[in-house]
Amino acid sequence: MTKLVTLTIDGMQVSVPEGTLVVDAAKKIGIEIPVFCYHPKMEPVGMCRMCLVEIGRPVIDRSTGQPVLEDDGSPKIQFSPNLETACTTPVGAGMVVLGATEKARSGREDIIEFLLTSHPLDCPICDKGGECPLQNLTIKYGSGQSRYLYDEKKHFVKHVSLGELIFLDRERCIQCGRCVRFQSEIVDDPVIGFFHRGRALEIVTYSNPGFDSYFSGNTTDICPVGALTTADFRFGARPWELNKAASICNHCPVGCNLTMNVRREAASGGDWVVKRVMPRQNESVNEIWVCDKGRFGYHFAASSSNDQTSFKRLSQPLVRKNAGSDHPGELVPASWDEALSVVSERFAEAGDGLLALAGGRLANEDLFNLKQLTTTLGGEAVLYTHMAGGELTTQLGIQPGSDIGTMGQGDAILVVACDLMEEAPIWWLRVKQAAERGSQLIILNSRSTKLDQAAAFVLRYPFGAETSAVLAMLNALSEKRLRLPEAVQVLERDPTLQAAAEVFSGANNALIMYGSDCIGLTESQALAQACANLLDATGHVGRPNNGLLGVWPRANDQGAWELGFQTQTKLEDALGAAAALYIVAADPAGDDPTYLGQSGFGGKAFVVVQDLYLTQTARLADVVLPAQSWIERDGSFTSGERRAQRFYPVIPPRTAPVSRAESPSTNKAPLLIAGDEVMESPLPDFAITAMITLRIDSEARITASSAARVFNQMAETVPAFSDQTYLELAQVHEQWPIVGRDDLYYGGTSYENTGGLGMQLALNTSDTPSTTRLAGTTVEFIRMPKLGQIAFPIARLYDRGKTLMPSQLLHERIGEPYIVLNVNDAEMLRIQDGDVVHMTVANREPDSPDRVTTGQTVVVQARLDQELPERVVLVPRSFGIPIDKPTPVEIRRTE
Amino acid sequence: MFAIELARGLYTTWREMFNKPVTIQYPDQRRPVYRRFKGRHSLHRYDNGLEKCIGCSLCAAACPADAIFVESAENTNAARFSPGERYASTYEINMLRCIYCGYCEDACPTEAIVLGDNYELSFTDRHDAIYTKEMLLEALPEGGSLTPQEVKPGVYTRSVPEMKDPVD
Repeated sequence: MTKLVTLTIDGMQVSVPEGTLVVDAAKKIGIEIPVFCYHPKMEPVGMCRMCLVEIGRPVIDRSTGQPVLEDDGSPKIQFSPNLETACTTPVGAGMVVLGATEKARSGREDIIEFLLTSHPLDCPICDKGGECPLQNLTIKYGSGQSRYLYDEKKHFVKHVSLGELIFLDRERCIQCGRCVRFQSEIVDDPVIGFFHRGRALEIVTYSNPGFDSYFSGNTTDICPVGALTTADFRFGARPWELNKAASICNHCPVGCNLTMNVRREAASGGDWVVKRVMPRQNESVNEIWVCDKGRFGYHFAASSSNDQTSFKRLSQPLVRKNAGSDHPGELVPASWDEALSVVSERFAEAGDGLLALAGGRLANEDLFNLKQLTTTLGGEAVLYTHMAGGELTTQLGIQPGSDIGTMGQGDAILVVACDLMEEAPIWWLRVKQAAERGSQLIILNSRSTKLDQAAAFVLRYPFGAETSAVLAMLNALSEKRLRLPEAVQVLERDPTLQAAAEVFSGANNALIMYGSDCIGLTESQALAQACANLLDATGHVGRPNNGLLGVWPRANDQGAWELGFQTQTKLEDALGAAAALYIVAADPAGDDPTYLGQSGFGGKAFVVVQDLYLTQTARLADVVLPAQSWIERDGSFTSGERRAQRFYPVIPPRTAPVSRAESPSTNKAPLLIAGDEVMESPLPDFAITAMITLRIDSEARITASSAARVFNQMAETVPAFSDQTYLELAQVHEQWPIVGRDDLYYGGTSYENTGGLGMQLALNTSDTPSTTRLAGTTVEFIRMPKLGQIAFPIARLYDRGKTLMPSQLLHERIGEPYIVLNVNDAEMLRIQDGDVVHMTVANREPDSPDRVTTGQTVVVQARLDQELPERVVLVPRSFGIPIDKPTPVEIRRTE
Repeated sequence: MFAIELARGLYTTWREMFNKPVTIQYPDQRRPVYRRFKGRHSLHRYDNGLEKCIGCSLCAAACPADAIFVESAENTNAARFSPGERYASTYEINMLRCIYCGYCEDACPTEAIVLGDNYELSFTDRHDAIYTKEMLLEALPEGGSLTPQEVKPGVYTRSVPEMKDPVD
């Protein structure tokens, strides 16, 4: 327990922990000490001098060590002759802080006057205008007059782009350095810095492309002026014109809390559109940050059926008609009633031949209802993913009370087969910060990643030997040693491994984060098992901040695991064998045509696709059902940290164009003749599934009415959700630092959390953890072929996936499809860096790795890397290259 | 008694017959408006034809009747609407909502929106009451050219054009 110190600020007494800064202590009791350069998440620098206050300290009698008392018995306070900066002064016992005196006021007035000597009068057109700390504090503390000449203002060229995402206006910069400090102190991406000095000082970017950081958008939040603004929101709206709604990011399993700002827009025909995405404070999840993918990658959900690009949303159900023996027929618009009756009839016929394939971007409620449907019919519910091991995270995962933000001295985090920066940037940040607080970070990976810099132990295993590497760690701790393949024996004898294993085993709390870097479904299942064994052997289970955490590819994969979804190792066979397919929020045909088999999902299956867009898979379907995107409805996601979090409707659902007839009246008022408008629009996934189920079995316990009812039903049935109610997910409590209230000067423009902090799920204790399955068995690992290459899939944050491509702004960062080759291999194949190459994917049977049969060929750019071992090719996922597990490939130069 | 009342009434009638009538033959005749009369708005231009409006939306913020809707976009030298960085891509005033208070005029940092003396507003459809930017923009001054204009780089470098000697 830290010692509390009591001091008086403007006549109010406050007790705060020792070492707290005066400015924070004042904020705690609601007293404003204005700041520009200070930010509660960063070390104070005392650069802007805005926080000047009068500080008095009790006089201590040196001879006795006792405070000197005034005549009336109160302690004698001695004020220092000058104003002091509240942001660099720690509190002291008996301290008296005066922030509202004439002296302090005049100090602030002078500082404002100085800051404005070269600040342009851009407020009317500045994107920050309306939520600008400088604007607000000038109105509050400025004199309204300046003794400096207007003509002497410094002029620069306006609108300099620091990369295509962030714009800089150097005239507006007040040189507080918050952005520079954020990039170097917090996210360790020092790509921007100060250049020149004094009045000529400006912010420059060192990187190419400019401002090359996944966290760049956060600098616009903490910039106290409009010097840094995003290109996405440039002149989008004035802040006061925006409405807001709480949401959750749908891109990765971190589940960052977001606030979406919406406004009606003339360009969209008066529709509500999302203008920008801002972080919402949740100190246990994303603090007050959000990565650029979350901030700029929201356009897919907001696109409408009026969209003229290829991202046109589905607006009404489509049913295949006029199909004959020689031609497939065509998808024609149909009413919901017609589409649902076709679907329910054919699903009922298919019975247990139904296979429901769900994508991980669905909400808990959607997945639950989908599971209810397959339970009713006896079918199978499969999660569409390339990463397995989820059932282990429900048993040995992290449990309520866990928070990476509280891990520190004495704790350990093991990150295996995972490039956190690319897969889940905010977790990268949280793990890095845990390491800085003293956690021992152990990294096991086959290649270097950004997180290595923060790690205490970095261990490398040969490509494809991730499971063996974890078992080698287990071997280092146990008497009974598993026999491991030759490839990891070097690693096994490495004293660093021994040391790391001992640190891990001896840690108070230990967490394993495993990802899918360079591995596929089968390998990740084995890896998860090995990780589970290690956790079990070291006793790091069943306590907060301990357990297994999957870095899933999609936002709600964890929810699917909790609800009992399974994976299919041979998905193409399962798809071919099913009598009816219900594919929801997944596009297997678009990702990899081999899923279609010879005749398109076995040829005779009845295929229903439920999605936002007319995907490749949807084009082949018998019935296409239009779903609402998550921002058009409410529901909940389960983050990888097993935290169920609610999202709220941000924009109204897109309705189908209502047919209008010419009015007989001469004044031409449009006459509405369409029937039920709502029925013709997309519906939430859970409602569609429930309606199908109820048509098959009217007694089924399934509800279509609201996400809240589905959730509460889920809480009754699923043990993991049993402690939760939909209402409780919306509860908030006071968080520190206080951000996003009426005053923006302190934390920036991140929003305060009023939509709910979410709740972590209880561990599934009903099934006994299957931690002994691997014991005694030999471990499979991928052998390098003598000829040809093996492609290993890696994650890239900015990929060419369907949920990111509608964000035009990111296209330059996403780039074209590429592969990474070893320099020697490239030399042998006469390939130069940047060449266009043909890559032929071999047959998907990994039985004989040397055999390369003709498969699909993709044309990609080759990049060379010296560090990669020979015969290893790295292939980014979701770039249109059909590789989701280690696969033999053949590469040749394009002539 | 009755005769006195009758005579008094007829006196008024007869007297007014010889006075100048106050009614005028509108619309053939029009009465001039007061100097500070506030009628239909117009969006002004500079002499070279560029729009004064910079799309800052402060008029919409000041409007007590929520009658103004502004959307803005960025100027380029190839397609320049206003001298600053930003211009109004959409500018609409709903004349049915407008109460002609003139707050928009007060709020305008570039004296772009000015309430004129036109009070002749009538519509047959509610939608016609929404005046678009094209309807509100004043006629092109002599010697000016229409927006968007193509201009040389380096001429318009300020975010907000400098206001020299504002009128009020």
